[in-house]
Amino acid sequence: MIELGHFLAFLAMTSSGGLAYVGLRGEREMAGKLAIAGFILMTVSFLILIRSFLISDFSVELVATNSHTEKPFIYKFAGTWGNHEGSMALWCLVMFGFAAAGAWTLRTGRKVFEARALGVQGLLTLGAMAYLLFASSPYTRLDNPPLQGSDLNPLLQDPALAAHPPMLYLGYVGYSFVFALAAAGLIEGRIDRIWAKTARFWAMTAFVPLTAGIALGSYWAYYELGWGGWWFWDPVENASLMPWLIGAAFLHSVIVTEKRDSFRAWTVLLAVMAFCFSILGAFLVRSGLLTSVHAFAVDPTRGTLLLIGLLAYGGFALVLFLIRAPSLKGGSEHMLISREGALMGNNLIFGVATLTVLLGTMFPLIAEAFGQVMSVGEPYFNLTFTPIMVIALVTLPVVQAWAWGRADLKTLWKWAAGFVGIVVVFWLLGVGPLDISLLAGFGFGLGVWLVGGAIWEIWRRAKTLQRLPKLPGRVWGMTLAHAGLGVFIIGAVGETSLRQHQTLALEQGQSLNMAGWTITLDDVQAVEGPNWYADRAFLTAKRGGTTASLSPEKRIYPAARMPTTETAIYSSGLSDLYVALGDSRRVDGVTRWTFEVFKKPLVDLIYWGVLLICLGGLLCFMPGRKSAKKDL
Amino acid sequence: MRARTKRLYAVGVAGILVIAAAALASFALRQHADLFYTPELLVERGMPEAGQRIRIGGFVEDGSLTYGEGAELLFKIVDGSGESVTVSYVGIVPDLFREGEGVVATGRFAKGETVFGAEQILAKHDETYEPRELRDLEHAKDAYTPAT
Repeated sequence: MIELGHFLAFLAMTSSGGLAYVGLRGEREMAGKLAIAGFILMTVSFLILIRSFLISDFSVELVATNSHTEKPFIYKFAGTWGNHEGSMALWCLVMFGFAAAGAWTLRTGRKVFEARALGVQGLLTLGAMAYLLFASSPYTRLDNPPLQGSDLNPLLQDPALAAHPPMLYLGYVGYSFVFALAAAGLIEGRIDRIWAKTARFWAMTAFVPLTAGIALGSYWAYYELGWGGWWFWDPVENASLMPWLIGAAFLHSVIVTEKRDSFRAWTVLLAVMAFCFSILGAFLVRSGLLTSVHAFAVDPTRGTLLLIGLLAYGGFALVLFLIRAPSLKGGSEHMLISREGALMGNNLIFGVATLTVLLGTMFPLIAEAFGQVMSVGEPYFNLTFTPIMVIALVTLPVVQAWAWGRADLKTLWKWAAGFVGIVVVFWLLGVGPLDISLLAGFGFGLGVWLVGGAIWEIWRRAKTLQRLPKLPGRVWGMTLAHAGLGVFIIGAVGETSLRQHQTLALEQGQSLNMAGWTITLDDVQAVEGPNWYADRAFLTAKRGGTTASLSPEKRIYPAARMPTTETAIYSSGLSDLYVALGDSRRVDGVTRWTFEVFKKPLVDLIYWGVLLICLGGLLCFMPGRKSAKKDL
Repeated sequence: MRARTKRLYAVGVAGILVIAAAALASFALRQHADLFYTPELLVERGMPEAGQRIRIGGFVEDGSLTYGEGAELLFKIVDGSGESVTVSYVGIVPDLFREGEGVVATGRFAKGETVFGAEQILAKHDETYEPRELRDLEHAKDAYTPAT
C-alpha cells in the first residue's frame, strides 16, 4: 500500500513540474488543472501514509520508528507529522493545497499573472517534493519489520502539539504563495493595487494560522515541559517568530500599496522575505546547527539541502526584484507625518526587530566559527527586541489616527499627556496597593494604552453607536488585533513581573503555604495509561473559599524509554496556579516529593490576546459593503 | 517638503533606529552571551567574573548527587579530564537528568564561591536528541567510564 503512496507522490511531483512549466508560460486553464491534480494526488498519498500509522504497519520504517500499537488513536493519527519525514510530507501537501486553492479562487482578471503565480508555486512545490522524495522519504520499507514500534516521542503525545504543526505549516507554507504572487507580479512588472489586494488576502490566510500555531507551541511548552515558561527565545521559537514579524510588517505595508499605490518595491520585497524566513526557519530547526531545547531532527546534509533551496529561491526572487525595482517607484505623494509615514515606521521597527532576533539566533554560529562556544538567551532579547517593539507599541494609538497624505501634530500633546497619565496611574498604584516595579507599571500602562487606543480608534471612525456594526470587517479586524496586542502585553507583563515560584519538598499529609495558597499533599498513587504508567500526586490547594484539586504526574513511556512531566494547572481564566511533580527523595527515612509551584497572575491573558489577534485577522476576510464594490 | 528632503528625513530616521539597535545589540551580546565551559576549560581559562552568566557542560559524576536543604540538589559535573565542578540547583531536574548522563547547567558563580549556582539544567531532550555542546563531548564520555 505504501508503494502506491510513494508512486502517487512521484506523480504529484511530476504534476508540480508540469505546473511550473505551463504556469510560467502563462497557460491559466492548464495550470489550474495541474495544481488541482497535484493536490489530489498528494492528498491520497498522504492519506495512505496516515493509514499505515493507523494500522501500525511496522514494515514502513517511519511507522516503526515513530509509532506503537498501544498509542492512543489520536496520536497514531497526529504522529504522522510528529517526525521529520512525515512533517515534510505535510509541508508538501500544504504547498499543493495553496496551489489548488489559488487555482480555484484566483479571479484578478489577469490570466497570465495568475498562471505565472501558479507556475512559481509549482516551482517551489517541485523543490519541496524533490527534497521529500530524495532526501527525507517517509515511504521507505523495512526488510525485517519489527513486531513493535519504538513509539512517538512522548513529549509530542499531546493535543496542542498534534494541532501545532498543521497550523504552523499553513502559516509557513502560506507565505510560499505570497512569494509566488510576488514573483509573478515582478515577472509581469505589475505591482499595483489589484496585486496588493490579492497578496493581502493570501498573506492574511497565512498570518492567522501562523499566529495560532506559534501560540499552540508556546502553550504546549508552558504546560508540557513543566518549566513554567511560555517563551524561551529558543532558536526554534525564533525561527517561527521571524516570518511572523515580516508577515506582520507586510500586512501593514501592503495596505499602503492597496490604498495609495505607494511602497510598491518595499511591499513586494517583504512578500519575498516572509517565505525566505520560513525556509530559514525550517533550516534552523532541521539542520541541528543550533542548540535548541527542542531540536527536531539533526541531520547536516538535510540542512545543507535546505540552505541550497533557500539560496536558490531567495536568489531567484532577489534578482527579479533588482531588475524590476527601478520601475516600482511612484505612487501618491505623502508627507512624513502621515498614515503612510506611520506605516513606514511600523515596517522599519518590525524589520529592525527581526534583524535583532536574527542576530541573536545566529550569533552562536558566528562565534563558533571563531572558536567560541556560547549561547544567547533571554537577557539579550529583553535588551534589544523588547525596547525596539515598545517604540512601535507606544506610538501605535497615536499614529493610527493619522490621515493619508498628511497629518498634523496639533493633538500630539494630548496623546502624550494621555500616555503619561496612564503610566503614572500605574506607578502610583505600584507604590501603593499593587506593589509592582516601575518597569512593570510602565508595561501595564502600555497594555491598557493599547486597548484604550483601539477602543478610541473604533469610536473615532464610527462616531455614533448606530454606525459601529456597519464599519467594514477590516476596521473591526484591525481594532481587535491591536486590542489583542494590548491584552497580550498585560498578560506578558503580569506573568513576568508578578509570578511567584517555589520548589516544595512535601511528605504525605504535609502542608505548606505559598502565595496565599495552602497546599497539601494528600497522596501519591501509581496509575496506568494506554502506553504509559505514572506516579500521580494528589494535592489540595486552598485559598479563602476556593479549593482546587491538582494532580500532576510523572509519566514513564516504556516503549520510548522516556519519562515526561504532566503539570496540573488550576486556572481562573485569568491567573494560573501551576504545579509540576519532581522526583521523590528519601532523606533520613522520610520520603519527600518535590514540586515546582508557580503562581502565574494574568498569564491566561497572553493566550486571550493572541486569540483576539487571530479573530481580528479573520474579520479582515469579511468584505466591507462599500469597499467590495468600489475596489474591484 | 520636497521629495528629496523627505527621503533624507526617512533615511535619517531609519539610520538612527538601525544604529541604536546595533549599539544595543552589541552591548547586549557583550554582556549577555553565555559562554560555554567544561570543567577543564574553567581551569584553563580561569574562573569567569562573579555574577557572569555562563553554561557548564559535562556529565553528572556517579555517586555525586546529594540533597541539601528543602529542594536543593548538589552534584558534580565532570568531563573526563579529571577536573570537576560542584553545582547547586534548587528545583526539579529534567526527566532525563541522571548520574553518568550528559548535562548543561546555566547559572553563575557567586562572589568568592566555587559552587556553581545553576538557574537552569538541561539534560538530553530524549533518547536521540541532546544539547549540541554535549555531542562534541562524546569522546570525553568514552574516556569517562561510570563506576557502575
